[in-house]
Amino acid sequence: MNTNSNTYTFLYASVMVLIVAAVLSFTALQLKPRQNKNKEIEKKQDILKAVGVTSTPADAEKLYDQYIVKAFTVSAEGNVKSEDKEEAFEVDLKKEGSKDLNERNLPVFVFNKEGVGEKMILPVRGKGMWGPIWGYISMEKDGNTIFGATFAHKGETPGLGAEIATPAFQDQFVGKQIFDKNGKFTSIILVKGTAKGNPHQFDAVSGGTVTSKGFEAMLLDNLGSYEKFLKSSK
Amino acid sequence: MSDKEPLFSAKNRKLLTNPLGSDNPITVQVLGICSALAVTAKLEPAIVLSISVMAVLALANVIVSLLRNTIPSRIRIIVQLVVVAALVILVDQILKAFAYDVSKQLSVFVGLIITNCIIMGRLEAFALGNRPWPAFLDGIGNAAGYGLILVIVAFFRELLGSGTLYGFHVIPQAVYDMGYENNGLMILPPMALVVVGIIIWVQRSKDKSLVESN
Repeated sequence: MNTNSNTYTFLYASVMVLIVAAVLSFTALQLKPRQNKNKEIEKKQDILKAVGVTSTPADAEKLYDQYIVKAFTVSAEGNVKSEDKEEAFEVDLKKEGSKDLNERNLPVFVFNKEGVGEKMILPVRGKGMWGPIWGYISMEKDGNTIFGATFAHKGETPGLGAEIATPAFQDQFVGKQIFDKNGKFTSIILVKGTAKGNPHQFDAVSGGTVTSKGFEAMLLDNLGSYEKFLKSSK
Repeated sequence: MSDKEPLFSAKNRKLLTNPLGSDNPITVQVLGICSALAVTAKLEPAIVLSISVMAVLALANVIVSLLRNTIPSRIRIIVQLVVVAALVILVDQILKAFAYDVSKQLSVFVGLIITNCIIMGRLEAFALGNRPWPAFLDGIGNAAGYGLILVIVAFFRELLGSGTLYGFHVIPQAVYDMGYENNGLMILPPMALVVVGIIIWVQRSKDKSLVESN
């Protein structure tokens, strides 16, 4: 057979594309439920991690149900919009982020464990260098001091921007404050090198300038939308 | 090549060992430099990427080798690309469903595999003209040669840039107390190029046959 004829080439390309498309879409459909379940479990693990509870994919759901005593959504004005735990969990921060501030549903997860006390966990989401970055920040009851934090990313450069997902980076947020002495919202801003001792600054990632700036903007924007809620809960 | 040839004949063994030294994809063929720069700031991602490239390259080599007599030569690059891309997507989807933690570690690398010039280079140069078994060995060999360089580069970059190896601190605090500091430049991509350059230099001064005669 002449494998260089136009007809053969066209046929070959069409058949190849059809086969590959069929295989890929079949696989994607078959695996979708499992992948979604994995994502849901990961989210529960992340929420728990923000308060320092380590979990495995096997026990994450149990621990989540046990320690996250309630979850609700609030408006930027600080009023509770929905008390439904599931609904708060399902909120898509990507969609909320593109809405006007006044229309956003802002989820709050409340953690309670004997010996640790009650903490509020707030989700944050922003843009890194290559894709989205997100995380969960747990606050003390004063609505000001950070108790713990965890961050993740879609595809930041390993060794550079991806460092935001390491304990070394995340641990520096413990004890930071987002309101200054006069109660003004300051968020936490990035510096190079010496954020130790200053409650409103964090160390940027070396070599990850774009990620760090996106990270700073994420904190400012997300925590800012909770400003009224946090003030009223003091 | 006759069918009676043993699986690991001298010729086939060479397919595995040559890419580690005198025919290394990075230092001799100068392919795959881009990912060698991007992922070698730390040892762990370098190792994970090497293993993933090995899986994709070996499989793609076998598939293209099986199809080699049917592929129309005018669209052969496109066919190779489709094979590689489909494999990478499959691997990515399966990892996401069954090994979610591994897939999170790989993150952006899975995409980087498609753009790795070594894969297209080997498909074009070897798989299109050889039987599946040698093509498989060639894939494993080249991915191993690629991984070897990645690991060497990552070793020096992580050690000198972060003072750690595979995430563990290896440089004692006492050395820091004496005034030693991590070299921040090692974390940035240009130093990967310099380290690769040094490896090429060392390799060529040992093996004169690699030096171009001009």
